[in-house]
Amino acid sequence: MAEVLVLVEHADGTPKRVTYELLTAARRLGEPSAVVLGAPGTAAAVKDKLAEYGAEKVYVGESDDIDGYLVAPKAEVLATLAAKRPAAVLIASSAEGKEIAGRLAVKIGSGFLTDAVDLDEHGTATQSVFGGATVVRSRVKIGIPIVTLRPNSVEAVAQPGAGAEETIEVSISAAAKGARVVDRVIEDTGSRPDLTEASIVVSGGRGMGGPENFALVEKLADSLGAAVGASRAATDAGWYPHQSQVGQTGVTVSPQLYLAVGISGAIQHRAGMQTSKMIVAINKDAEAPIFELADFGVVGDLFQVVPQLTEEITKRKG
Amino acid sequence: MNIVVLVKQVPDTWAERKLRDDDKTLDRDSVDAVVNEIDEYAVEEALLLKEAHGGEVTVVSMGPERAIETIRKALAMGVDKAVHLTDEALHGSCAPQTSLALAKVLGTLEYDLVICGSEAVDARVSAMGALLAERLGIPQLTGARKVEVDGTNVRIERLTDSGYEVVEASTPAVVSVVEKINEPRYPSFKGIMAAKKKPLTTLSIADAGIEPAEVGLANATSEVVEFTPRPPRQTGQMIKDEGDGGVKLAEYLASQKII
Ligand SMILES: Cc1cc2nc3c(=O)[nH]c(=O)nc-3n(C[C@H](O)[C@H](O)[C@H](O)COP(=O)(O)OP(=O)(O)OC[C@H]3O[C@@H](n4cnc5c(N)ncnc54)[C@H](O)[C@@H]3O)c2cc1C
Ligand SMILES: Nc1ncnc2c1ncn2[C@@H]1O[C@H](COP(=O)(O)O)[C@@H](O)[C@H]1O
Repeated sequence: MAEVLVLVEHADGTPKRVTYELLTAARRLGEPSAVVLGAPGTAAAVKDKLAEYGAEKVYVGESDDIDGYLVAPKAEVLATLAAKRPAAVLIASSAEGKEIAGRLAVKIGSGFLTDAVDLDEHGTATQSVFGGATVVRSRVKIGIPIVTLRPNSVEAVAQPGAGAEETIEVSISAAAKGARVVDRVIEDTGSRPDLTEASIVVSGGRGMGGPENFALVEKLADSLGAAVGASRAATDAGWYPHQSQVGQTGVTVSPQLYLAVGISGAIQHRAGMQTSKMIVAINKDAEAPIFELADFGVVGDLFQVVPQLTEEITKRKG
Repeated sequence: MNIVVLVKQVPDTWAERKLRDDDKTLDRDSVDAVVNEIDEYAVEEALLLKEAHGGEVTVVSMGPERAIETIRKALAMGVDKAVHLTDEALHGSCAPQTSLALAKVLGTLEYDLVICGSEAVDARVSAMGALLAERLGIPQLTGARKVEVDGTNVRIERLTDSGYEVVEASTPAVVSVVEKINEPRYPSFKGIMAAKKKPLTTLSIADAGIEPAEVGLANATSEVVEFTPRPPRQTGQMIKDEGDGGVKLAEYLASQKII
């Protein structure tokens, strides 16, 4: 069976869940080969988990140059692996993932598709476009299909693979070392789940009225084991960190449940949450556009509804 | 410091956008067209850098004839001159082809920086900055919420999922910006009048040295196989809070097995 390359997303020594989703999707097309790229020592920690989700091979490319420069080194290493003509290359649909996919496509003369929400055994991708109004199925016509898949689109299913490790020589060209990463600043999001991967997201908007009131959203999120998101109005005002922004220019989420609190539902916000499986909104304005999307809507004052909801959930969870 | 800023005309996100039945490409005729919002931030950043460091700003846009409206807006904001790449043969081009065409046009210009938006709201590929950097063989400084130029050194703050990265490169480089970076100016009346007299070069693909086989729907690297309007969401349940809204909502979540 042809091999399918899966670029491993990892953070703090563990693969992100989207990696398992990619490996699961890859099995539909052929034999998954995980590609671990990072600083020396990265692979040792993540390797075994990759085999649990079906990686037959684990390519390991370790070098300080990979994290030391932006995007280009990863695309370059993937291009050398692509010379073996894999059936496809799957990458997570993060901002960086889409850029790696694009550069790889140009390097090897292939097409690429971004933001897929599903992928079939022929490599045909499903995408949700125009803020979710249209569902498109597309395919790569030229070269090796390169597809980026949105987190939470495919259910990760474990299936043991051989996980045979193969070290790849990494020598990054001068051209790929143009953009130096001189500092990485991690802004703490505490112990809550990662926004793009969480199965429940609770987001607050301008209706929160100020940064101090985000504690209400956080308490509700914690009662559900959810991640916290925000609208641009809230991040711009500095009420909540910018990396929590959901929407067109923030992150795109597709959780099981999206709970919008004090958010009107502007088109740019909807672009980032419209593919959520279930949407619930709390807003005092019955005309707010967010209600058009909501499976369940509460018209009311969030300062009344949210604490009561949190209390009730906590009580029920006992 | 000479800057090229890339702007794209896109269908208004508020309008009902659709794909054409005949060739499954974006129907650009049936809806209002506007400047891709983030590209206005790109234009603003180019103008701010010019004001600080001198030089000239050129706007480049690839798109149908009516994309001229978008170009005029950039000129009215204060951009010095414009290049419009327009040709029937470009219709239906995919992202790699578009990057090839834009790179060819950039090859005819002198620049220290190319600035584009982080994402066009029509196709949302969000990779043009990276594609161009790859094609041009110059550094990629993408996803910037802040740009600082010191001589030939450019430093950006790039937003990431967990915070931000500080990234540096030497000119020439490609920068893409996010909407946190600035607040775009409105064109003044004077600006709008002046725009009409600013130099505008219109290029066909032949003028830009692009082969017909390198662009267009028939040669695209990917294709839409089929499309369907998403089934309308079932109209949800809506309740008015009568003092028990939180409890009712919890009951709903329990009925859906969320809690
Ligand atoms: C280029 C560009 C990119 C953008 N990208 C994004 C993006 O990525 N993400 C994003 O979110 N936005 C984005 N926006 C901004 C977007 O257009 C909206 O301005 C923004 O989403 C509004 O945020 P909001 O819903 O919190 O605020 P508002 O629209 O002001 O809505 C606040 C809501 O809270 C309700 N409310 C107030 N008080 C209460 C209360 N006590 N109880 C209950 N409800 C209450 C109000 O009824 C109202 O509906 C972008 C805009 C541009 C131009
Ligand atoms: N046809 C085009 N003409 C000019 N600029 C473009 C074009 N397509 C994309 N761009 C630029 O590339 C950015 C990112 O677009 P995309 O990668 O298509 O989402 C946009 O914000 C524009 O600045």
